Amino acid sequence: MYIKLTNGIVYDPVHGINGEHRDIYINDGQITRKPSSNTKICKTYDMKGKIIMAGAIDIHTHIGGGKVNIARMMLPEDHVNDLVERTELTRSGCGNAAPSTLTAGYRYAEMGYTACFEPAMLPSNARQTHMEMGDTPMVDKGAYAMLGSDDFFLRMLASKKDQAAISDYVGWTINATQALGIKVVNPGGISAFKFNQRKLELDELNQYYGVSPRDIIKSLARAVTELGIPHPLHVHGCNLGVPGNLNTTLETIDAVEGMRMHLTHIQFHSYGTEGDKKFSSGAAEIAEAVNKNPNISIDVGQVLFGQTVTASGDSMLQYAGHWHAHPKKWVIMDIECDAGCGVVPFKYRDKNFVNALQWAIGLELFLLVDDPWRIFLTTDHPNGAPFTSYPHLIRLLMDRSFRNDMLSTINKEAAASSTLASLDREYSLYDIAIMTRAAPARSLGLKNRGHLGPGAVADITVYSNHKDKEKMFSKPDYVFKDGVLIVRNGKIVKVVNGGTHTLRPEYDNGIEKSLKRYFDKYQTISLSNFKIDNDEIVEHGNSKIIVQPCM
Amino acid sequence: MTLKLKLHTKPEVPLEADCICPDRMQSLNMTEIGDLVTYHGNRQVPLKNFFECSGEFDGEIDIEGDLVNVKHIGSTMSFGKITVSGNVGVHIGAAMSGGEIIVEGDASDWVGPEMYGGRITIKGNAGHMVGSGYRGSTVGMQGGEIIVHGNVKNETGHVMRRGLIVVAGNSGDFTGVNMLAGTIIVLGEMGIRTGAGMRRGSIICQTKSELLPTFTRSCDYLPLFLRHYFKHLESLGLIISDSLINSPFERWCGDSIELNRGEILLYAGK
Repeated sequence: MYIKLTNGIVYDPVHGINGEHRDIYINDGQITRKPSSNTKICKTYDMKGKIIMAGAIDIHTHIGGGKVNIARMMLPEDHVNDLVERTELTRSGCGNAAPSTLTAGYRYAEMGYTACFEPAMLPSNARQTHMEMGDTPMVDKGAYAMLGSDDFFLRMLASKKDQAAISDYVGWTINATQALGIKVVNPGGISAFKFNQRKLELDELNQYYGVSPRDIIKSLARAVTELGIPHPLHVHGCNLGVPGNLNTTLETIDAVEGMRMHLTHIQFHSYGTEGDKKFSSGAAEIAEAVNKNPNISIDVGQVLFGQTVTASGDSMLQYAGHWHAHPKKWVIMDIECDAGCGVVPFKYRDKNFVNALQWAIGLELFLLVDDPWRIFLTTDHPNGAPFTSYPHLIRLLMDRSFRNDMLSTINKEAAASSTLASLDREYSLYDIAIMTRAAPARSLGLKNRGHLGPGAVADITVYSNHKDKEKMFSKPDYVFKDGVLIVRNGKIVKVVNGGTHTLRPEYDNGIEKSLKRYFDKYQTISLSNFKIDNDEIVEHGNSKIIVQPCM
Repeated sequence: MTLKLKLHTKPEVPLEADCICPDRMQSLNMTEIGDLVTYHGNRQVPLKNFFECSGEFDGEIDIEGDLVNVKHIGSTMSFGKITVSGNVGVHIGAAMSGGEIIVEGDASDWVGPEMYGGRITIKGNAGHMVGSGYRGSTVGMQGGEIIVHGNVKNETGHVMRRGLIVVAGNSGDFTGVNMLAGTIIVLGEMGIRTGAGMRRGSIICQTKSELLPTFTRSCDYLPLFLRHYFKHLESLGLIISDSLINSPFERWCGDSIELNRGEILLYAGK
């Protein structure tokens, strides 16, 4: 059954198509070549004057796992102030900063997103993460398993086990938890926090295990490379939010010695100590380093003003930040001795010097990093802002006069100490198509997503070309998921379930022997129950598991 | 003339009727009142599908019928008076800031959660969580009065910060749990773990009660301020015996795992 999208203006950076008139044919959920002239086209959509892109992909958004649930439980005010009614198609829900699973899925689809990736799935919490993602309709999803502060790994590293064994453990974890990548959060720091260390520099030793964050990052990055995992090691580095952490970030870039690495929410890692307030922008230095090192990719974690909630595995930083909680309540907890979790509600204020400068630093990074293939659009939902603010962020990037108008309303001192006003760059639609579609798909190794060539899955978003880009990106005219029309004029017209992307890297299963011994001795659940079966994910509402190839 | 609402169809699943509130009904005509939106389960339905409306709104609303499945009556109200002739469902007077609610029958759980002002009188019994904070909230009731003539269940006055809760009957377990300030008076018996985690505030009880080991007895005395309270309660129609007014109370302070600035006053008369 062929569907034809005709007369549209196509942006498909993978194939170098920059705003050209092309017809797109969909058959059986996939984009195909133009069929022979005697093939029957069942449905033709006239997309005259409309912009066609692949479905957007969010590479880093906290939509599942224990921390989001804690945020939901802790913030009744977030629910009361944002109620979502049921409709004939969609179910009811609530929440802005930490929306319910269903609402999150609907809102993503209504913004033209067709895939979202949860970046912090703790292996011992993986079952809940997958269940929650299973409850998130409309979009494809996947998760990165979080390692680096877990006891088994740190023991291996401390006892100088050879890299092959560590790689086996990483490979085993990806298979057991149905993950798509590996993330490390404050390497070793979450563990160090429990031994009363309140900060951990890149070369400082975790007092108990005697290993440094540098060792951990290197070891994990090597494992990711050896296993052929397409997405580079997803690093939430040391010293998040600490003034002067810019140097830590630069050292971290050096630490991987040319191996591929993704630095996440780098805005929170780009602070200097200049000026009267000992807080300044390090965006220029970071952007220069990113431009210089083609092995590094980043996502920004842009801050936008308003009430949100910060949820992170980094209990060390969250503990340091709990004094600023708004409303005043917070949770810091340990999870199975393998990692931590901190949830602190927060309100970013435009008249506050630090918050205003954070906003400016994020935008400086966007504008100073040259290659849109290596910088992704995120707010680290919900840590910098809820994902529903993406259209606003896109307008800030595409519209210089709007950006400068906003700049003139923030804290004067912060505005004066930022170079934002002097940055003339405006993102084009082609750049946006790269950073929200093509680049994330390439970084995650999703070969048949993020582009509109033959063989790609027909995840397509169609926008009206408004001058106001916020309006344009908040309300797409059409969204297709697997070739099915799911959104029309920014409203859901059909509810579907996306699949879960996973990997099956090869590893030596001999590691399971020592893991079995470890589990029998220390863990609360047995090894066989720890692993997540395909059926569990499929039965729980997901339509399918999509296994991505390793490199 | 008062506005009269009569339940003509019993809702099968809970009906969320936060529109039954003087603030929302003010200056509406009868058709508009009938068209106010309620949620029957998760479906929107107009108020008239369940209630027969008559009379005219002059600040007072009388409601008749078995309202056990009707939630959120009088939520966020700031003035006026609501009288319920029978039993009523959960969340009555949630976050109200003024006015008065009188329930002739029993109330369900969550009477006046997070209320700021006004008065709720329950002539029968009430359920759990009277005058408390919602799960996840750090502050519960912040002002106003809740008077229950019958018994209440557990966690009365949870995280309450200001205001008065009076229970003429018995209260369940965890009375005043985690309370920050305010006053709770129980004229009957209290369950166990009274005042667990309380920081400040007063819990007054007419009977002896077993307290947690984190409370210490400081003295026996005749608290004068209680006479003012009891007088006020008499004016509200509660029966206070003379012996209560003229007797000493044991003062216990706690909870020592928190600030230790709360007090529990237990009747020490014969």
